[in-house]
Amino acid sequence: MNYHVNEQGFYGDFGGAFIPEMLYPNVEELRQIYGKIIATESFQNEFQQLLKDYVGRPTPLYFAERLSDKYQTKIYLKREDLCHTGAHKINNTIGQILLAKELGKTRIIAETGAGQHGVATATVCALMGLQCIVYMGEIDIQRQAPNVARMKMLGAEVRPATSGSKTLKDATNEAIRDWINNPIDTFYIIGSVVGPHPYPDLVAQFQSVISKEIQSQLLEKEGKENPDYVIACVGGGSNAAGAFYHFLENENVALIAAEAAGKGIYSGESAATSILGKTGVIHGSKTLLMQSEDGQITEPYSISAGLDYPGIGPLHAHLFASKRAEFIAITDEEAMKAGLQLCKMEGIIPAIESAHALAVLDQKQFDRNDIVVINLSGRGDKDLNTYIDYFNF
Amino acid sequence: MNRINIKLQEDKKILSIYFTAGYPNLNDTVSIIQKLEKSGVDMIEIGLPFSDPLADGPTIQESSSKALENGMTTKLLFEQLAHIRETVQIPLIIMGYFNPILQFGMEKFCEQCAQIGIDGLIIPDLPLEIFEQQYQSLFEKYNLKNIRLITPQTSEERIRKIDALSDSFIYMVSSSSTTGGQSSFGESQQNYFNRITQMQLKNPQIIGFGISNQETFSQATKQQKGGIIGSAFIQHLNQNKIETIPDFVAKILC
Repeated sequence: MNYHVNEQGFYGDFGGAFIPEMLYPNVEELRQIYGKIIATESFQNEFQQLLKDYVGRPTPLYFAERLSDKYQTKIYLKREDLCHTGAHKINNTIGQILLAKELGKTRIIAETGAGQHGVATATVCALMGLQCIVYMGEIDIQRQAPNVARMKMLGAEVRPATSGSKTLKDATNEAIRDWINNPIDTFYIIGSVVGPHPYPDLVAQFQSVISKEIQSQLLEKEGKENPDYVIACVGGGSNAAGAFYHFLENENVALIAAEAAGKGIYSGESAATSILGKTGVIHGSKTLLMQSEDGQITEPYSISAGLDYPGIGPLHAHLFASKRAEFIAITDEEAMKAGLQLCKMEGIIPAIESAHALAVLDQKQFDRNDIVVINLSGRGDKDLNTYIDYFNF
Repeated sequence: MNRINIKLQEDKKILSIYFTAGYPNLNDTVSIIQKLEKSGVDMIEIGLPFSDPLADGPTIQESSSKALENGMTTKLLFEQLAHIRETVQIPLIIMGYFNPILQFGMEKFCEQCAQIGIDGLIIPDLPLEIFEQQYQSLFEKYNLKNIRLITPQTSEERIRKIDALSDSFIYMVSSSSTTGGQSSFGESQQNYFNRITQMQLKNPQIIGFGISNQETFSQATKQQKGGIIGSAFIQHLNQNKIETIPDFVAKILC
């Protein structure tokens, strides 16, 4: 089975570029050239240099001893939370800003939900001296005030998305509309493995540094490249795509995607797309998405702003449909408990998104000698208020 | 022969009007269509509302949200239109995004359209290549015209391909923008209109996006076959009763 994108931009039945003609020239330009640019030595040199000196890579692969004792298995944490700006998101924005520069674009747009991708985009725009406009749902702007301030300090303009449900999916719609209105000078930096081909593939490629590092770090620590399990949370799915990437073809490595079940899968307040979703088209991609019987896209819910997206990337839809990855739904309660446990047992405050991946430890039985790698995609600073409200600290 | 093609053979400029089904009120659909025809409109685009209309500006977005709140669905639209051909003769086109049609089932959707007497479909986010590979024969089976968009950025090669695959008219998006009115067309748009005219395509072109009044309609139809008005008509419906539709149309055609 092939788990990479084919010539037409599909992963199995999922993917493609379902875009209005207005976007065709931009997306086509990118499609024709992204592979060539990424493969050049000069691009790779600059990308690798920035990942090392600016982002702080490689991030540690940390053996979590106390956690391993408790669950009677070998647990490693891939510390993406130690990246500059606090999450894996910047791996991708560094890659895309270099692409934008190569294409001669002078104006950068992005969408953001919780603000992490917005901050990572504003950061690289400041680094490169490019104009930056971030679309963010009006409701998210109210919920995530510190990240809005960070983006502004970094020189970005934050534009509220006031249409629809005023959250991430609407911010994405607004960014796409901006691109339709500014087809010549503007580059759209998408934050996850979603959107029309080639975005899911190029974002996955930029994030694949995560699994590449896991391989070399495991070789050093365990004398072998491949773990038995890789666990990551999935909203759109960029950190999971990066953590799975180099293991996709090796069926001996079990891949586990933790989805947000919110207040319960069938509570009506959930983001468990693999269970609740049906095949459809969202933001230019054919994938699994949460929708009404009539094909209207519905609003998901999760306590974690980074996981409440109504779809999943087409790669993940394919991994789900082909049973290559196991999808486990984690409730708000399970995630919060697992997040707090990591604070108390390992001295690490995780992002609530990443806490969903940690919660898989309570759902699944591992053998004593299994090597389990959990992608700790981000740190919990941004979630302090949610933690405080939830546990009444 | 398809009603669109018959209409396009007439020696006149075509005025096409877009409205969102289910807006301003859920059950206005049929009477809006009847009033538009009586007012002298040549062709109508019936908008099937979608929660996430990517190619549309604020006016059509809001009308779509309102229509969905009112309870509009694909099934209901077909019920409302079941007897439309008893009273209306002009070409009718459904414009809708791909996802609701996909959920209804493409073949079932086409079959229902044919039963009712719909003449064509505009599905802005259905890619040309997917249409060609998967749906072209279905459209032919049900005598539905697939109307494709071009923009000022569309390459000549792609315009030729779209022209070859089209068999009614080409929907010429006036500028690089989402839907919404503007007061007049500038020099770059005039150049674009000229450029497309000089290409001598086999399909006539009808210009949409940015036509809002008599002035922009007559600019758009100087060289091209017709013009489409959407947002400006929705704004009119937002502020006026549907009985005033003849006044709106008269101002465009005066």
